[in-house]
Amino acid sequence: MTTTTKPKTRAASPAPTEPRIMSGAQIVIEALREQGVDSLFGYPGGAVLPIYDALFAAPDLRHILVRHEQGAGHAAEGYARSTGKPGVALVTSGPGATNMVTPITDAMMDSIPMVVLCGQVPTHLIGTDAFQECDTIGITRTCSKHNYLVTDVNDLARVIHEAFLIATSGRPGPVVIDIPKDVQFATGTYIGKEGVHKPTYNPRTIPQPEAVSAIVDLIMTSRRPIFYTGGGVINSGPRASKLLRELQAATGIPVTSTLMGLGAFAASHPDWLGMVGMHGSFEANNAMHDCDLMICLGARFDDRVTGRIDAFSPNSKKVHIDIDPSSINKIVRVDVPVVGDCAATLQAILKELGARKGKKPNLAEWQKQIAAWRARDCFAYANSDTVIKPQYAVQRLYELTRNQETYISTEVGQHQMWAAQFYRFEEPNHWMTSGGLGTMGYGLPAAVGIQVAHPDALVIDIAGEASVQMVMQEFSTAVQHRLPIKVFIMNNEWMGMVRQWQELLHGERYSHSYSESLPDFVKLAEALGGHGIHCDNPQELDAKIQEMIDHDGPVLFDCRIEKAENCLPMIPSGSAHNEMILGEITGNEVSDAGKKLV
Amino acid sequence: MSDGTIGDAPTGPKSAYFLSHTDEAVERRTLAVLVDNEPGVLARVVGLFSGRGYNIDSLTVAEVDSSQHRSRITIVTQGTPHILEQIEAQLLRIVPVGEVIDITKSKRGIERELSLIKVAGTGEVRVEALRIAEIFRARVIDTTNESFIFELTGASDKISQFIDLMRPLGLVEVSRTGVLSIKRGKEQG
Repeated sequence: MTTTTKPKTRAASPAPTEPRIMSGAQIVIEALREQGVDSLFGYPGGAVLPIYDALFAAPDLRHILVRHEQGAGHAAEGYARSTGKPGVALVTSGPGATNMVTPITDAMMDSIPMVVLCGQVPTHLIGTDAFQECDTIGITRTCSKHNYLVTDVNDLARVIHEAFLIATSGRPGPVVIDIPKDVQFATGTYIGKEGVHKPTYNPRTIPQPEAVSAIVDLIMTSRRPIFYTGGGVINSGPRASKLLRELQAATGIPVTSTLMGLGAFAASHPDWLGMVGMHGSFEANNAMHDCDLMICLGARFDDRVTGRIDAFSPNSKKVHIDIDPSSINKIVRVDVPVVGDCAATLQAILKELGARKGKKPNLAEWQKQIAAWRARDCFAYANSDTVIKPQYAVQRLYELTRNQETYISTEVGQHQMWAAQFYRFEEPNHWMTSGGLGTMGYGLPAAVGIQVAHPDALVIDIAGEASVQMVMQEFSTAVQHRLPIKVFIMNNEWMGMVRQWQELLHGERYSHSYSESLPDFVKLAEALGGHGIHCDNPQELDAKIQEMIDHDGPVLFDCRIEKAENCLPMIPSGSAHNEMILGEITGNEVSDAGKKLV
Repeated sequence: MSDGTIGDAPTGPKSAYFLSHTDEAVERRTLAVLVDNEPGVLARVVGLFSGRGYNIDSLTVAEVDSSQHRSRITIVTQGTPHILEQIEAQLLRIVPVGEVIDITKSKRGIERELSLIKVAGTGEVRVEALRIAEIFRARVIDTTNESFIFELTGASDKISQFIDLMRPLGLVEVSRTGVLSIKRGKEQG
């Protein structure tokens, strides 16, 4: 080698990078930037002020100031669920961190990628019961996917990159990073995300070929197959929904979904059965019960789905595709367990199916049976000219918003189930609801997060008047940040689902489930700087909903609905899929064993 | 409604809440859990057992590879095969857990426990204690005119047997490590 080649070689290779030295707070900002974060949700406080100081000089990171840390967490979840990107929240130590526990648990239960940055008291004060100190790591250990206490500023960049990797890969979930104040002030070296990995963390995503082959064998020979899909299909990304639709088209297998999976398959498709489970459709639940092949895709046999376990789909072969091995055989024993990512597995099944060049399974008899169940029209309700029925309200909301880009979030309770039953989702990531944890107060802050991610879309929180009061203050966040969210309150003056269960299980003794002194939501909206709409007349509902849609700003819509309406159909606790309550509740539906259940 | 035959359903759990798998026999298992030795990793493992209602009969932990910061946690647990399968899967969900080895299932496991046993007494019982200690190959690691401390290594039931024999001979105090385990043969894990 001649000496002249040396400079050339040197010029071709990248310049040796100087170690990047900066404060811990700047490392946080830099790492968020490198991870592609554009928005974060937070609330400042003593132990996190250095990071807020660095944020002051980072106008490219949009910070949404909430009114309560729980709001920041749910907003980050809404952002994450509607984009597929991780949500980021930034809170202070002590109460800031403890207020985040509910959203962290919520994200854990629903597998939502989220990174939570918490301030902590300086390292030398940890363990002394210092002001606003709490054991954040201890408190969040079991409700997060992973958590870190960073005691050396030189670990900070690596930890943040690792946290994003863990939050977004495998089965997604929340990761908490606890950063003491002295670490935020200390000077250390920034490292980039390349090369950051955790040797013990290798989630499997590609399914085993034998399993894929076994699934295709079962599909070809089945007579009464069903796809039972869940939130895993959404989490796997839009490609998984596309592949599900391709596989469905190639096989003709009818599709049902959990609450979390709505939108993965188009609700307008003739083979869509509606939601499965406690408040699912008659056709979906009966098809689950009578099928001979159940392909569970990214769902986890939750108790709201299965009902009575010993009577759950007694005659079917069961395939369970899940990225988390601990979900498989946890509740229901399956015949073909498959550990893999939904999209990767669907792709492999489609490839194998194509290679076999077989005929579509003959499902004529099955489709006839399903049509008979469908003809029962389980969601039928008696409409009224004088009172707004909740089902009618959601139907009108759907009809008036279906032709534009609309994202729906909900709180928890009857309104949530009516939304799931009557709003029809065509695309993934458009339906944000608290499924696993069932967090009242999720929907309004989630709508804030969704609107931040999709500024031009219509974002509606379908709410109940009880749930929404848990987080009412976040309406002010929407006003401050000019986020034109629409809060559609289905106001029946009751904690509706509690009331329904008291009617069903507790002899109509309505213990503490009536809201005695509700606010005037119209005046409240105005007091908070938004627009309030009141409607109690079905004749005026369309015009008022249109007024809500057309208003350029946050709206609180007080929709006064039928007070004692029950959410039906329903599989009562301790009952099987084919033991649904369809008409009226009589009070004798639930066995003594069932009454002890949640 | 379809022709569901709920009345004829096999006796068993009525719903997920009653999921007990009572028809399965409880088994005892020794698990070796290889983890990154980072702060809080033991709390994660122990918290998993308490949070999900699993049993811990014994637990030992120490760093075994300082260059790679790897620790080995040996857990003796009990449960039905279904629960044991869940324990293994749930352990592997913990981010710093790299590997879970079921020593019992491998049928090639060796298990040992170390104990320190203090016995006080004079005269004939003191001689008898020493005589039994010799039979068990326990070592005397401290002695006064009125007491011994024995060190005994072996299978857990052997140690328990020795302790039972010491009870009438002036047993004062017992300290045990819990079970350590490793698999026979040249392979690792």
